[in-house]
Amino acid sequence: MATRPVRLSRRSAGRVRLALYGVGLAPAAVSFVQGATDHLGADPVNTFERTLGLWALRFLILSLCVTPLRDLAGVDLLRYRRALGLLAFWYALFHLSAYVALDQGFDARALLADVTGRPFIILGMAAFVILAVLAATSNARAIRRLGRRWKALHRWVYVAAICAAIHFILSFKVIRAETLLYALVVAGLLAVRLRRAARRRAA
Amino acid sequence: MRDLRFPSPPPSAITPPRLWLSRRALMATGAVAGLAGGILPPRAAGAAALAARPGPLSGTGLRPTPLRDVTHYNNFYEFGLEKTDPAERSGDFHPRPWTVRIEGMVARPRTYDIDALLARPLEERIYRMRCVEAWSMVIPWIGFPLRDLLAEAEPLGSAKYVAFESVLRPSEMPGQGGVLPVLDWPYVEGLRLDEATHPLTILAVGLYGQTLPNQNGAPIRLVVPWKYGFKGIKSITRIRLTDRMPRTSWNVRAPDEYGFYANVNPAVDHPRWSQATERPIGAGGFFGAGRQPTLPFNGYGEQVAGLYAGMDLRRDF
Repeated sequence: MATRPVRLSRRSAGRVRLALYGVGLAPAAVSFVQGATDHLGADPVNTFERTLGLWALRFLILSLCVTPLRDLAGVDLLRYRRALGLLAFWYALFHLSAYVALDQGFDARALLADVTGRPFIILGMAAFVILAVLAATSNARAIRRLGRRWKALHRWVYVAAICAAIHFILSFKVIRAETLLYALVVAGLLAVRLRRAARRRAA
Repeated sequence: MRDLRFPSPPPSAITPPRLWLSRRALMATGAVAGLAGGILPPRAAGAAALAARPGPLSGTGLRPTPLRDVTHYNNFYEFGLEKTDPAERSGDFHPRPWTVRIEGMVARPRTYDIDALLARPLEERIYRMRCVEAWSMVIPWIGFPLRDLLAEAEPLGSAKYVAFESVLRPSEMPGQGGVLPVLDWPYVEGLRLDEATHPLTILAVGLYGQTLPNQNGAPIRLVVPWKYGFKGIKSITRIRLTDRMPRTSWNVRAPDEYGFYANVNPAVDHPRWSQATERPIGAGGFFGAGRQPTLPFNGYGEQVAGLYAGMDLRRDF
């Protein structure tokens, strides 16, 4: 399929990216102000944690949409993929910080027990660690230095997405339709890639 | 003694200072007309004032969670999965007419009309409520000891357990329909007979000086303050005495996560989260109270620990 000419000038692409960060970080900012001023409901810390985690997963999914969108629909948003991935990382970091600081109050023993003993937490931590490594190697210098290995390293984003989706399902007492829907979208985005890889191998 | 006391208004009839002060401010600006409805203390739709004497078994030094949070942060999956669903989606529920049937291994099976139950002498019991999800509230319930009702039915010597059943009304309870079946409806719960006849175990018909709002389990619910909140079955229709341990909804759903006993126990974690601490609800924003330690038997150990002497509470969680 032909690539649609949605090319912007370098400068306007930069502006779009800036706007993307601004809009993308707005839910965190709004939610934080609401929580700090007691306008986030009866259980503000929990609501804040969930909001941040959900947006991390959403941006992770959006970043995974970029390639299929180009291949299947001919819409090239490649130059915004890094911003989407970084937003996912920032939200994961906020989410983790809210859990460590606001929720657990830096209780080292409770945190250690959680991180070492509970699959639910371990999955979330695994997703975060992967996103942190990918964020740290997302700059131009790292891309140059890692060369071919960069691509292999950044394929770990698929593992992060799977961990995050399961973590989300486990975050409720019962299995919710909403969480299954997110998992289904992640599965779909991975299936597209597996199919493409299989075709390449066949060709 | 009781009869010599001054009649005291129920808590719901006392206007909080914040409100009468704001009323004065409104009068000063001459804007009072037409606003009276908006500044009355919040009362859930259909709830009516309910008088009760202070119960001797209320916890001391407990500060009740604000009414707004008690009535707008609820787990009542019959109305939906979100904490805000019960308040928003229980408007079509009809808690009248209503009867509660006591049957099974009793000498005198009986059916009570809810209005007859409301006419009994009622007590206020200010209890801690600890949810299995690691949050907690303090709720001023109004009700009467379950043991009084059971005594009237005269349990047989063979009765060992009490099984409770809630209502099945998919037309009024949107959470009972839906794509993913959350729990087997109707909700069922159970207690050992000695737990059911413990003086702390009550049937609540009201809270905060009013009848139970729909979202809190109208018209009648169980309150067992030393157990996780899910044991407090709402909108009860049937109480059955039996010699076999009854099925309980959450235990059927996930036996490794929710036991029959479900005693509040900081030493036994939920597989996905710690039960050592809890988040008090309504403590303000992020920088409110923070987590507080969870107490064995939710702070009622002195009264109830004896019920479980010799039991391994790690196994029988």
